Amino acid sequence: MQEELQAGLDPTIAEKPRVSDSQLYLDGVSVAFDGFKAINNLSLIVAPGELRTVIGPNGAGKTTMMDIITGKTRPDQGEVMFAGRIDLTKLDETAIANLGIGRKFQKPTVFENLTVFENFELALKSARGAWHTLFGRLNGEALDRISWALNTVGLRGRVTDLAGSLSHGQKQWLEIGMLLVQDTQLILLDEPVAGMTDAETAATAQLILQLVGQRTLVVVEHDMEFVRDLGARVTVLHEGRVLAEGSLDQVQNDQRVIEVYLGR
Amino acid sequence: MRDDLLPLAKPAPLLDRRGWAVFLAVGFILIVLVPLLNLLPGKTSAIHLPDYLIPLLGKYACYAILALSLDLVWGYAGILSLGHGAFFALGGYAMGMYLMRQIGSRGVYGNAELPDFMVFLNWKELPWYWYGFDSFPFAMLMVVLAPGILALVLGWFAFRSRVTGVYISIVTQALTFALMLAFFRNDMGFGGNNGLTDFKEILGFPVQSPDTRIGLYIASVVAMGLCFLLCRFVTLSKLGRVLLAVRDAESRVRFFGYSVTNAKLFAFTLSAVLAGIAGALYVPQVGIINPGEFSPANSIEIAIWVAVGGRGTLYGAMLGGVLINLVKTWLTGAAPELWLFVLGALFIASTLLFPKGVVGMVGQVKAKLAQRAAFAEADKKPAPGSAGGE
Repeated sequence: MQEELQAGLDPTIAEKPRVSDSQLYLDGVSVAFDGFKAINNLSLIVAPGELRTVIGPNGAGKTTMMDIITGKTRPDQGEVMFAGRIDLTKLDETAIANLGIGRKFQKPTVFENLTVFENFELALKSARGAWHTLFGRLNGEALDRISWALNTVGLRGRVTDLAGSLSHGQKQWLEIGMLLVQDTQLILLDEPVAGMTDAETAATAQLILQLVGQRTLVVVEHDMEFVRDLGARVTVLHEGRVLAEGSLDQVQNDQRVIEVYLGR
Repeated sequence: MRDDLLPLAKPAPLLDRRGWAVFLAVGFILIVLVPLLNLLPGKTSAIHLPDYLIPLLGKYACYAILALSLDLVWGYAGILSLGHGAFFALGGYAMGMYLMRQIGSRGVYGNAELPDFMVFLNWKELPWYWYGFDSFPFAMLMVVLAPGILALVLGWFAFRSRVTGVYISIVTQALTFALMLAFFRNDMGFGGNNGLTDFKEILGFPVQSPDTRIGLYIASVVAMGLCFLLCRFVTLSKLGRVLLAVRDAESRVRFFGYSVTNAKLFAFTLSAVLAGIAGALYVPQVGIINPGEFSPANSIEIAIWVAVGGRGTLYGAMLGGVLINLVKTWLTGAAPELWLFVLGALFIASTLLFPKGVVGMVGQVKAKLAQRAAFAEADKKPAPGSAGGE
């Protein structure tokens, strides 16, 4: 039992997983800003269809990790592979987004001067060239996708409203809904329930659980109640590296995790 | 299940019924009524439109196109170009070069090959970059290409390096200033300080004759209408919404897989081309183009037209361009020393009091009244739009 627990927690003891089976594979990734190592030899493997939660104290490198995966920040060293074969460190944000990697920002970012419908329209997977967008028209299949996403995130009644008029929680859902119509395989959610009421948080957990198996999800969150509701494998980051990994109960009982969270 | 979404998916019409009615009415007045009022009644008649008004109105139409072009990049894509005067002037110079070549041996020096200023500078032959400008189609191509290519190259470097906000304003302002200095030089071969002037003919018609002026005026108004419809088409397309999204949340757009660089480049280049067309129509009507058109103050003034008229509305920008120039024409005649103060005051007032411009003022007042009515009506339901206070 003790050994099993160790194996789950310590990435060095765990058997070396294969890149080719993974949806997302980070190995030995480091990045420094002005000498400060925001990410320090980080390794993380997420399987296709998996839901993974990432927790960690402030400054642990959670958002920087997302920046690296989505091409906003280039790592100084290390490997970042998508679907086992695409090297993400060679691509920019636009190319990575078009591979099927979607990201929800910590602060909900929607296009406030466009309607909910128009927000979905922009997120829709379709040709992105300037010429195509100049002459592009929506087809039936596209409408079905938008319709499905609207129902999934519960914004059906607000289609014609400006996104700027939505409540904070609804903006979060809108942004998640946009990632769904974007046809993403991997969705990165940065604090999806920040600023939400308890009821909204519970609804968001249901929404995310609905997606497990269809999409690979990486959720960064501080809200432990929410992390518990998701019931997924938890990765604890600290000072830019993986401190522990396992079920929530396992990591919460880990001495190192307790130290990091409660201070020394 | 998706049927309720169908009306939303239909592309919006270029203009709605009322929009077309206004568009056609304005077009009728400007294209039919104005020339008739100039041509038909006797010179002494009360309803006779004086001759000097025709090129003046034509000039305003050119300014309206220029304002429209800036609104496309500023109001929609969020790129505040403070160098749009440069694109306008380049289009003007291309037209000016054609007009110079039409002078032929009628110049002061009577040289059939060389424009006067080149003879004056003792040049023996036409510089290579003047080749082809004796042909009208070639010159018109250059009207479009010169500003277009400059915008494409500058934009490619700037947008690719993610130069945004005030930095792009500074870069464009520097561009127009640099071009002004370059065009002031005699050895650039564009007439230096004096620019290009003393035009005789355009397409065989005498530039100064009243009939040609009416023709140029009508061409400017038609161009204004077409440019407006083109911008309308672009802004109503999905690309228009991508541009708005870029303006409001640039990095979000990138993470959805759009190339922000390409979207901005498209808008910026198209806008520069429109500004060039405005410049080309402007030059034969005012009879001169000189490096003063590149002056940074000119470009800043265009931004004021758009701000006062109303950003992101297209017609607001056009209205701003015409209104401010009306005031300018009147005031620089009546009290020239006041003009710059009035311009400054207008800009400050529009920023502080009516940030959505003259056009937005109507909406602002309407919204205020509606809000008041809603509050007065009942307290049981908060007014929509005022309820989002979290």
